[in-house]
Amino acid sequence: MAYTEEELKKELETKEYEYGFYTDIESDTFPKGLNEDIVRAISKKKNEPQWMTDWRLEAFRIWESMEEPEWANVNYEKPDFQAISYYSAPKKADPNKTLDDVDPELLEMYRKLGISVDEQKKLQNVAVDIVVDSVSVATTFKKTLAEKGIIFMPISEAIQEHPELVKKYMGTVVPKTDNFYAALNSAVFTDGSFCYIPKGVKCPMELSTYFRINEGGTGQFERTLVIADESSYVSYLEGCTAPSRDENQLHAAVVELIALDDAEIKYSTVQNWFPGNAEGKGGVYNFVTKRAICEKNAKVSWTQVETGSAVTWKYPSCILKGDNSIGEFYSIAVTNNYQQADTGTKMIHLGKNTKSTIISKGISAGKSQNSYRGLVQVGSRALNARNFSQCDSLLMGNECGAHTFPYIEAKNKTAQIEHEATTSKIGEDQIFYCNQRGIDTEKAIALIVNGFSKEVLNKLPMEFAVEAQKLLEISLEGSVG
Amino acid sequence: MELKDKLVSSFIAFEDNVDVEHSVHDIRTEAIKNFEAKGFPTKKEEAWKYTSLNNLRKIDFSLFPKTENTIEYKDVKQYFLHEIDTYKIVFVDGVYSSYLSETTHDGVDICLMSAALTKDMYKPVIDVYFNKVASKDESLTTLNTAFSKEGAYIYIPKNKMPKKPIEILHFSTGNEASLLLQPRNLVVVEENAEVQIIERHQSLTDNNVLTNAVTEVFAADNAIVDIYKLQNDNANASLIDNTYIDQKNKSVVKVHTFSFGGKLTRNNLNFYQNGEYIDSIMKGVTILGEKQHVDHHTLVHHIEPNCESHQDYKGIYGESSTGVFNGKIIVDKIAQKTNAFQQNNNILISDKATINTKPQLEIFADDVKCSHGCTIGQLDEDALFYLQSRGIPIKEARALLMYAFANNVLESVRIPELKSRINALIANKLGVSLGFDL
Repeated sequence: MAYTEEELKKELETKEYEYGFYTDIESDTFPKGLNEDIVRAISKKKNEPQWMTDWRLEAFRIWESMEEPEWANVNYEKPDFQAISYYSAPKKADPNKTLDDVDPELLEMYRKLGISVDEQKKLQNVAVDIVVDSVSVATTFKKTLAEKGIIFMPISEAIQEHPELVKKYMGTVVPKTDNFYAALNSAVFTDGSFCYIPKGVKCPMELSTYFRINEGGTGQFERTLVIADESSYVSYLEGCTAPSRDENQLHAAVVELIALDDAEIKYSTVQNWFPGNAEGKGGVYNFVTKRAICEKNAKVSWTQVETGSAVTWKYPSCILKGDNSIGEFYSIAVTNNYQQADTGTKMIHLGKNTKSTIISKGISAGKSQNSYRGLVQVGSRALNARNFSQCDSLLMGNECGAHTFPYIEAKNKTAQIEHEATTSKIGEDQIFYCNQRGIDTEKAIALIVNGFSKEVLNKLPMEFAVEAQKLLEISLEGSVG
Repeated sequence: MELKDKLVSSFIAFEDNVDVEHSVHDIRTEAIKNFEAKGFPTKKEEAWKYTSLNNLRKIDFSLFPKTENTIEYKDVKQYFLHEIDTYKIVFVDGVYSSYLSETTHDGVDICLMSAALTKDMYKPVIDVYFNKVASKDESLTTLNTAFSKEGAYIYIPKNKMPKKPIEILHFSTGNEASLLLQPRNLVVVEENAEVQIIERHQSLTDNNVLTNAVTEVFAADNAIVDIYKLQNDNANASLIDNTYIDQKNKSVVKVHTFSFGGKLTRNNLNFYQNGEYIDSIMKGVTILGEKQHVDHHTLVHHIEPNCESHQDYKGIYGESSTGVFNGKIIVDKIAQKTNAFQQNNNILISDKATINTKPQLEIFADDVKCSHGCTIGQLDEDALFYLQSRGIPIKEARALLMYAFANNVLESVRIPELKSRINALIANKLGVSLGFDL
């Protein structure tokens, strides 16, 4: 055999984070710490109207009265919220400049990441709203979208240009009081994306945002708001990679999706932030609140591939408020070395004839801990609610853990709920079978893992599926024989 | 006075009546300290998320019943498995009733905890086993430990098997307006030994009764233990049943729980597999109506390799009843080749009934097969129509389907008379008479 298990393990451990580099851009950074003045300063910096400043301040006061949650199945050193700088903007950014004016250093960074803006623009038919640290530096395809009446812009611009929409919807799905990190985000969010699809419009291209954390010691607090008006459709992609840093970095985003009557939103995420090195040092803390609300006949589909971050705490959820609405959740979470992931979904059935599907695949290797935590709740008026959940875990090596915490609460007799979960390892006979046919062990594992994850990978848009498959391979190469 | 304070302060009075020289005294003192620190569990605790004890805590329970409440055998005959001969350990309001009981020391010890805790001849067994597997941390278990005095004591030596099954019955007469009972049982089954135990709590009036029972079971190598728990109590009776089971190599322990009644029933069933090639089996049928509440909490801790566990719980919930199932499987790092299965199927037959279920896996070993399945659904409309089209009235048709639903749990009941007894209870609960057994 070409590889022994030992060699494979060694290779994996020494495999450096591929995207671990640091781009030196002069940043306009706030002093560390958080108080009302900082919140006001962020608001001022963003040139926000008074109502927005008040909204932030209220969130800040709520946050101050809250305590950091402890219930997740993860252990980590609590971030010191006074040691974080809450605003950092690349200095050379100018909202009016075109793609040609973009800082060549930044373009170089994207090139390394393999997501050339030009390429995407021309070849992949993707409009990219790039966020580096906190300010958007390039927005493409805006014109094409504008013709259809689609609004796709950084949320800070949306607050200026479409205050009525922002005011109406922001905080309606994830209220300021929702949880510790959502309150923090509401107070200090610096940027993010805003998207509005008008009535009856089918968005002609996949909308995409790439978030990165760049400046050391800065947290990133994005706020994404996607509104699909009646009978519209949008597919939104979000991809993440972060440069390698020693210090733990905090990321607390809030994503709100609003699908009005008959609308459909497809939200896909590939998350590959720095997971820390083989000793578990460094890495990003990813504490995200994602939630969608579905009105009548609406459909929201979450797809996520989670391979990065040292600690992940993320539950994209659907509130199925309208009759006949549909919620879907497809997830692959891969953990290696000392990574910890506590992720899953919540499906809240409130309307009649609502349906939800949950497919969750967890793969744990090294010394990592991977948890699925989910809630399926059927309210007493949710007639004929239907849910199917499947949570499969794959364990590689005997030092990792896989956990499932599914909560199922039914208050209606017409509810039909099925939940299945399995835990297993890659069968020796499966690998033997591949070896026998001339496929080496590493390829065999990739093959089996791909097969294991196929149900979820299939749900990703084409260009993301390729990237995701690559990520799976990088994260797991040679984990176990 | 808060029930907690009342309990803590009456511990001193309790101590006056027991032997404080005995080694168990330290265990009791330690336990009351823990309970005093922790108090009753609240809904804020994850394990009690769906079950609240608040209403029970408001009741002014009497802790030490007046002695000697006699009842006639004919009045309670129906609660015994009288079709067959059994050993019986019977308690009336927490006090042993020698009149109703049938104990033995013939090769095996089937007798009383109070005797075992005071007589020197039992000391070697008590020292080795008492309070060894029960939690020293969980507040209700430690509450029981602090007041442990009476209950069943069963010791089956190597290669022995009692001639007949053992019935443990707890009656409450209702002579007290509200009564708190805390029976403490110890079951030790040595190598190659076997035992069958039927446990029942029954109140004879509608007065408030709260039972906080703890049973410790030790199954040595190759031991076989069958425990049947029958829970069909009155509308004001509540039961918190804590069972701790320690298993050694190749032992097989089966626990069947049949929950058909009571106001609030909480079953904490904990299996610890301290050996290899162990099989742990948990089965349950729950049929509830009115405002009843049943909470099944199971834990299987796979500590050693090559073991199996099987869980199968079926629930049918009507009227305003609430069902909770929380099954937890932990597989330790060295427990390779573990096979753990968990199944929880539920039928809701009323608009006001609620089910909360949380099957939970925590796995640290890679070469394992673990799965859990959970469903919530209704009776199959097509099957109902089929039966009706063949002249079976809707009520019987429904009952027939529910019978079928519960069937595979009953299949493993090894005492035929008990099986038909449970069949009758199910038929009664569903309000039909089918004229046949499953």
